[in-house]
Amino acid sequence: MDFICNFPAFSIVLSIMAAIVSSALSGKWAKRVNLFVLFIVMGLSVCVLGYTVSQGDFFVYTMGKFPAPWGNEIRAGVLEGLMATFFCVIMILSLLGGRKHFYEDVEESRHNLYFIMTNLLLSSLLAMVYTNDLFTAYVFVEINTIAACGLIMVIQNGRTIEAAIRYMIMSLLGSGLFLIGICILYDLTGHLLMSNIQQSVSALVVNGEYQIPLVMAIALLCVGLAIKSALYPFHSWLPDAYGYSTISSAAMLSSLVSKGYIFLVIKIIYRVIGFDAFVDSKIINILFVFGVLGMIVGSLDAIRENDIMRMIAFSSVAQIGYIYMGFGLGSEAGMVASVFHIFSHAATKALLFISAMGLRDASGGSKAFIDLTGAGRRNVIAGIGFTIGGLSMVGIPTFSGFVSKLLFSQAAIQADSKMLITLIALAISTILNAIYFMKTIIRIYSPVENEQPISLKIKNPVYVISIVCFVILNIVLGMWSTTIVSLIESGLSMFR
Amino acid sequence: MGPNFIANYGEVIAMIIFGIGFTNLLLQKNMIKKIIGLNIMDTAIYLFLAQKGYIDGRVAPIIANGVTEAENYINPIPSGLVLTGIVVSVSVTALMLSLTIRMYQRYHTLDLDEVSTQLRKEGL
Repeated sequence: MDFICNFPAFSIVLSIMAAIVSSALSGKWAKRVNLFVLFIVMGLSVCVLGYTVSQGDFFVYTMGKFPAPWGNEIRAGVLEGLMATFFCVIMILSLLGGRKHFYEDVEESRHNLYFIMTNLLLSSLLAMVYTNDLFTAYVFVEINTIAACGLIMVIQNGRTIEAAIRYMIMSLLGSGLFLIGICILYDLTGHLLMSNIQQSVSALVVNGEYQIPLVMAIALLCVGLAIKSALYPFHSWLPDAYGYSTISSAAMLSSLVSKGYIFLVIKIIYRVIGFDAFVDSKIINILFVFGVLGMIVGSLDAIRENDIMRMIAFSSVAQIGYIYMGFGLGSEAGMVASVFHIFSHAATKALLFISAMGLRDASGGSKAFIDLTGAGRRNVIAGIGFTIGGLSMVGIPTFSGFVSKLLFSQAAIQADSKMLITLIALAISTILNAIYFMKTIIRIYSPVENEQPISLKIKNPVYVISIVCFVILNIVLGMWSTTIVSLIESGLSMFR
Repeated sequence: MGPNFIANYGEVIAMIIFGIGFTNLLLQKNMIKKIIGLNIMDTAIYLFLAQKGYIDGRVAPIIANGVTEAENYINPIPSGLVLTGIVVSVSVTALMLSLTIRMYQRYHTLDLDEVSTQLRKEGL
């Protein structure tokens, strides 16, 4: 076994250790440790990605002394490596982009607490990505929830308290359903490791035994994680939680936390239930219907919204609808499109949040939409960032959003019965996206009276760097999509 | 269906309690009652696990009197899962209670909907 096989375990342990150490450090040092660990974990994840690509296969790493059916395992393939790398990149850029605001929003004595939460969030995301054990996944889902609640609560005002409580209630409902689903599945199969469960499940499917409990378990697992990742009817907590927190938190919550749960759903679909059994179980139709509804209702809510942050948050509801709709198509192409959309949405939504913050600051911190008039001229870089993010969300070529829409439509054409509904929903949702993003982009470039001349002086270099990196990431995802898609395809084929 | 329910009454009761806890967490207005609902829900899951993990007449796998046949012992993993679950549940409950204290100190109410109305009045 090569030394690189240790890297997934190293990165999880390293980030947990960083969280523990940060509790004894001052805010400044906690920030340095956090950034250092993030870069190291990114390096380790890149190594894992390169190793699995060169080997052309996944590897299994046994945690502790006990072999397969009893012990705990880590399993890393191409998709896991890619996901971990991407999570680290987005986290670094979100933290850098929101740094100035973080210092203004949060009092100094709390700074290290925030970095404890980010480290915990990173470790739980990595564990959810790498683990091969369902119960470990549950434990880290809960750690992720607690860390996300801490990220929301870092600003202490009435709004965030209410948002955090609503978030916790919905999340706990979701994890309760998820846990009982795991227990029923454990009861049916007698295993907790994903690969062993899948063997038992396929035996059950072949023999036609325990069909109702099996469908029940699949439904509970999917609904539990769908509640936690804010699929349409369960999204009521989302706009408050994203809209009122500090900007780094909003970017990380929208682009990382919900994506971690969605990645877990993908793992459950492929590695616990088995893709064919999942497609036969008809649960996909439910995911499909709610995904399509979310695409449209989320966009309509976003159009009605007057606060730019909440508008972007509602747009997340629509984008998560896209991802679940891809699952609902029940084909390989649909899954590839969904996984690509996870990347595309994460890169774009974080960019939108961070640049919207710059626009709002340039308008005197006002929440009213009308005050944003001309903000794109006052803060040039934020204006460019928002425009590119908006164009990418709408689906203009060269940006990542176009590729995911293209992949979704290609997948829809292969799915006979669902083709028409998917294409219509895609079209409607694209138009609605265009309405609210174009409305905002036109607003930020509208001329105002007694305008100041455009200044290109860079006041906040870190902010500019993070926006530029996000824009580059977006264009890379859009222009070199074939490489990414082939990586995703090989990653998904390793899941089988 | 009927005989199955009677034979597995423990699991049926666990599921009913789970439902009670779940609806309480979802629908109660009072935060403390919501948290009680959360705990009822989690406890129902532990009851389910304990019920599934125990076989009548067998004991925990500790070899005390030289009996090594597996038929005499139960699988210890469900009990381990219950313990892990309790730890998670305790930490989540503590977090929820601390949030409730914060909310009560600020708004002098335990009703989440009332907090929303007050927030709208404040126009934050």
